[in-house]
Amino acid sequence: MKIYADNAATTKMSQTAIDAMMPYITDYFGNPSSLYSEGQKAREAIEKARSQIGRCIGAEPWEIIFTSGGSESDNQAILTAARLGEKTGKKHIVSDTIEHHAVLHTLKKLEKNGFDVTYVDAGENGIVNAADIDAAIREDTCLVTVMFANNEIGTIQPVAEIGRICRSRGVLFHTDAVQAAGHLPVNVKELNVDMLSASAHKFRGPKGTGFLYVRKGIKPCVLIEGGAQERGRRAGTENVPGIVAMAAAFEEAASSIDRINPSIIRMRDKIIEGLSEIPHSALNGDRTRRLPGNISFCFEGIEGESLLLLLDDKGISASSGSACTSGSLDPSHALLAIGRVHDVAHGSLRLTIDESIGDEEADYIVASVKSVVEYLRSFSPVWRDLVSGKTDFIL
Amino acid sequence: MALYSEKVMDHFRNPRNVGVIEDADGIGEVGNAKCGDIMKMYLKIDNDTVTDVKFETFGCGSAIASSSMATELIKGQPLSEALKLTNKAVAEALDGLPDYKMHCSVLAEEAIKKAIDDYYEKKKNNAQTTSGGQNE
Repeated sequence: MKIYADNAATTKMSQTAIDAMMPYITDYFGNPSSLYSEGQKAREAIEKARSQIGRCIGAEPWEIIFTSGGSESDNQAILTAARLGEKTGKKHIVSDTIEHHAVLHTLKKLEKNGFDVTYVDAGENGIVNAADIDAAIREDTCLVTVMFANNEIGTIQPVAEIGRICRSRGVLFHTDAVQAAGHLPVNVKELNVDMLSASAHKFRGPKGTGFLYVRKGIKPCVLIEGGAQERGRRAGTENVPGIVAMAAAFEEAASSIDRINPSIIRMRDKIIEGLSEIPHSALNGDRTRRLPGNISFCFEGIEGESLLLLLDDKGISASSGSACTSGSLDPSHALLAIGRVHDVAHGSLRLTIDESIGDEEADYIVASVKSVVEYLRSFSPVWRDLVSGKTDFIL
Repeated sequence: MALYSEKVMDHFRNPRNVGVIEDADGIGEVGNAKCGDIMKMYLKIDNDTVTDVKFETFGCGSAIASSSMATELIKGQPLSEALKLTNKAVAEALDGLPDYKMHCSVLAEEAIKKAIDDYYEKKKNNAQTTSGGQNE
């Protein structure tokens, strides 16, 4: 059986998106800045895509800036608020401990340039407390940036509540919605969001394209200098096929949420229930306030990379927050931030499923993970010490 | 190119000499769970020769494969040869490891050396106990 369960890493492009982009690769290949018809066709397609995406999130078309993806959007949003803050002497930013590196590393860079950042603790359940954000806001706060949903542990943050607080306190609010867009209803007006980042390949669009919503009245800073594309907010000839496909994929994903989420959630819960039967294991992140397809576990006494390789042998594609899979010495910062110690964080597994997973697949996933964990524990010296009582179980 | 060579995957999927020797003559454990790799080697030594070796490993694919390969390289070898085992030899026998995984082969070398040290230590202690008993 072949099961792709790493949709938080990337998704398979939808046929709708592929069909939408093809004419802009074959026939209408013109530069959208050109005057002849091939170029103007491309221009029309981009503007149609802008309207489509705007409609899906409750924004005006020109509040959407096309970017190369989530990381660029996050960078541009944070630097926009930082530049605006700098002008008025506001050099404080509020964020949290489980943000994506695209946010955290941008904030680190600002800290080196004299900004002060408060990282609010996400707590053991991986959910930021809106009251803590409120308490962290100061006179000189220029931005609050809190993700919509976490990429590793899947927890959904109280974005609407934070948005309300920021609006009433007069502070800009950015949310990295890369994992949420296309999977959960997103409306920038209802959420009081000033800036929002999204990436096409997380909702069955193509890689290398994304968008940033910037509320009217906020002047975005320019990361890429050059031509006057995107009304001077992002230079470079537009990725026409990518943009068209992103809009088609987003429209399809956003309109499918109500239809497909109940079954994804049912399968998620079934898998969580099954994996919870593994002794000395624990679900990462809140049990219910999590993305429909996210299952994140830690298993004591084993290491994540070997788990992934053996699951791959069984046809299951998954991911882990272990150090070995990240190429660094530390396991996932999000797992550490919610209180998983190193020893346990190394034994993590993330499965992110879509609507293609039914009962049969869910059962297969649970049975496979159970047998691989048991096998790896059978020759793990860590597990032997735990079982013999030499060391104490953490989970 | 795949992350690991065919040899690494073979030793990872079908690790040789997995397990425990209950009456081992030397035991060596290296690494720590915080870093994500722990290896434990058990040696049976007779006539200064490694007659049996088993391992237990908590770690990634290359850690398991390195342990497996290291045990194969020293099994049946005189202690003097086993002591010469280098991490490079383990990595080469596996047709190479990615740069950032070389530490796995280092752990394998260290675990074996520690187990042999443990054997000599035990032997020395045994000799002392025995001679001590004779003196009394």
